[in-house]
Amino acid sequence: MTSWSEGLVRNSRAALKWPYKNKYGRQREITADVIVLGGGPAGAMAAISAAENGASVVLLDKAHVQRSGGGSGVDHWLTTPTPASEITPEMCVEWEVNSYGGYMNTLSRYIASREGWDTLLEIERMGGKIRDTDDEFAGAPFRDEATKLLFAYDYENRVTLRIWGTTFKPAMYKKCKESGVHILNRMMVTSILTEKGDVGGRVAGATAFNSRTGEFFVMKGKAVINCMGLHEANWLFSSELTGLPYFHPNCVADGPAIAWQAGAEFTMMEKSCPAPPAGMHLPSYGTGNPKNTCYPSTMVDANGKAIPWVDGMGNPIDEVAQRTRPAPGQRYFGDRSMDPHYKLAGLVPDLEERIRQGEFMLPLYSDLTDMPDYERRAIWGLMVGQEGRTRVPVKETYEAAGFNAEEDLLQSYYLLGGEPYPGMWQHATLPFVRGRGPFASPGGMVTDWNLQSNVEGLFAAGNALFAGNYYHHAAVTGRYAGRKAAAFAKANPISEPHKDRIDQEKQRVLAPAGRSGGMDWKEFRAGLCRVMQHYCSDIKNDELLNIGLMWLKDIRENVLPKVYAPNPHVLMRVVENMNLLTCDELIIQASLARKASSKPLGFTRQDYPELDPPQWHKFVTVRRGKTGIKTGDRSLDFAAPLGDNYETHNPEYRGFLKKH
Amino acid sequence: MEYQAYALPNMPTPGQPVIFDPEYCTGCNRCINICLMDIFIPNPQKGAPPIILYPDECYYDGCCVDACPETGAIQFNHPLMQRVRWKRKATGEHFRV
Repeated sequence: MTSWSEGLVRNSRAALKWPYKNKYGRQREITADVIVLGGGPAGAMAAISAAENGASVVLLDKAHVQRSGGGSGVDHWLTTPTPASEITPEMCVEWEVNSYGGYMNTLSRYIASREGWDTLLEIERMGGKIRDTDDEFAGAPFRDEATKLLFAYDYENRVTLRIWGTTFKPAMYKKCKESGVHILNRMMVTSILTEKGDVGGRVAGATAFNSRTGEFFVMKGKAVINCMGLHEANWLFSSELTGLPYFHPNCVADGPAIAWQAGAEFTMMEKSCPAPPAGMHLPSYGTGNPKNTCYPSTMVDANGKAIPWVDGMGNPIDEVAQRTRPAPGQRYFGDRSMDPHYKLAGLVPDLEERIRQGEFMLPLYSDLTDMPDYERRAIWGLMVGQEGRTRVPVKETYEAAGFNAEEDLLQSYYLLGGEPYPGMWQHATLPFVRGRGPFASPGGMVTDWNLQSNVEGLFAAGNALFAGNYYHHAAVTGRYAGRKAAAFAKANPISEPHKDRIDQEKQRVLAPAGRSGGMDWKEFRAGLCRVMQHYCSDIKNDELLNIGLMWLKDIRENVLPKVYAPNPHVLMRVVENMNLLTCDELIIQASLARKASSKPLGFTRQDYPELDPPQWHKFVTVRRGKTGIKTGDRSLDFAAPLGDNYETHNPEYRGFLKKH
Repeated sequence: MEYQAYALPNMPTPGQPVIFDPEYCTGCNRCINICLMDIFIPNPQKGAPPIILYPDECYYDGCCVDACPETGAIQFNHPLMQRVRWKRKATGEHFRV
């Protein structure tokens, strides 16, 4: 029997028995120099780095470190100077700043580009495959013969690498174990502990519970690194496809909520954009499309007519090879930018209109059959075939059903109402369902050049950092934060968490498990999402935002006490909702603080309709203070001069870009 | 033919993100160990395939299928509303996953 209902019918009591040991009420204490929260690419690299720098490390993950985080795999490693290119960290940051209208974490992006190659070599030493060692692509224009590195998008300037993503996480996991990291899988982190239980006091550790047994854990440590990713589920929810709408399924809102509770400073949490409603998604990278993983796939219509391409500057281009060379007038290009000087090539911009007029017949398809062999093998065999989240669901499953990239045209769902992530164009989005957008680099924690926040001893890496998107950024900033946290731990004594705070936290977290009935977690989450869809959405104003806060308070006081959890797994979902609620409050506070509309932030205020006035062209910061919400601001150039600041904070670091 | 009737509520759908074949599954539970969303629980019967307790929470990443050491024991199953189509270029014939 494999279905719950069959089991219930045949053997009711035995089928309802929770298969793991019930350890509710038990409490375990673990002490380590550095506590890493979240075991994706940022957390795994942070743990390894801290351990290699002499710290004792405990690493907690909601799932299993071997495959967790980052969509369980990756295809592209972005914006990294390598021996096969001449790009510089400054060029990389310039492109990021340009792609996001200035709202970019130039500090962490500089670190990511500066130490990217060193990190990639380290991953290679761990067992990750970063280059074409088996010579599958010898002679291809995207391969550098000397280093055997492969590139995506711009084959001349080589800003983005193509790598064997399925090999990365298992290699990191193995290295974590070899480095003596104490790994705790199936852990739901619930809070960061501070000295005396004060908001903003020095960190003293963290609390969590095991999502299979319910056992409560108190971690005591000198430094905590938040690698729990970004918020993803504040507006989106499908009760039937709970796991599918998110790019990072375990990144609900825990990271921001927990750091906010501890008093950390945030920025850009008011950023959002229209998103496809949950339940409309198709398998990621599993449909015919010319973007991202599948770039630069040829697209055809239902009659086989090729859809024309234009380069980033808008000039028509005829050859496949032109899609991967900068256009005349471009410096270099990569995915994401809308600026013609940095934009990649694509299908003609008036395609939708031409389809409506009947020039191209739906459905469209991607046509790899006529593409150069090396391009077809790279897109289907390597990009789709070696990314952790697409190898089984797309490559292997489609091929088992008979798909052959040399003979078949994979259908696109463009203008048919179902767009996968990433969609070709955002036509299937709804304005009141907000999201972070594909690679939208939304808000998160503010840190200094040690990746330490305003809360002493609390570090952050990866998507937990504001505007901190991409796998490579996670891995490199994780490695960086790990060594900084280890240094902090060496220089500081441990502090004792406030005992009353721990007891309060345990009671708060376990309360739903003590109820035998009530509201189910799904209704709770759907209700939270509706508050955000109604009151913190496409068009904002003070009135709407404050009504939103009022209803969130109502949910906290009157609904949350009625939500129940029949087992520790469901308790994890309920506590995720508690974090969603807190994060919703944070987003609304950030929205109240920005009194101007902004195009790059997708932020429209009808009470302040002026778009990006100069005095608001800055980061707006928010944090919980002891007496209330504190707001502030920072210049978009707060981290400049990048090179000098990096050197000042890393005088002894040696690597590819500074050998002596 | 015997027809059964049970007072069962609507089951979570999609309900079969993966399909186990008890013929090949040894109940090693490596799939349970790696599942990112923890949707399985071990079968109380040793050697039998896991029970899919929370199929609606599946992220459709395929880590479970990847982790399985036995050929044929577990099959990835895109739900009906997620099944992508393709066309054979030479013949115009349509297929789906």
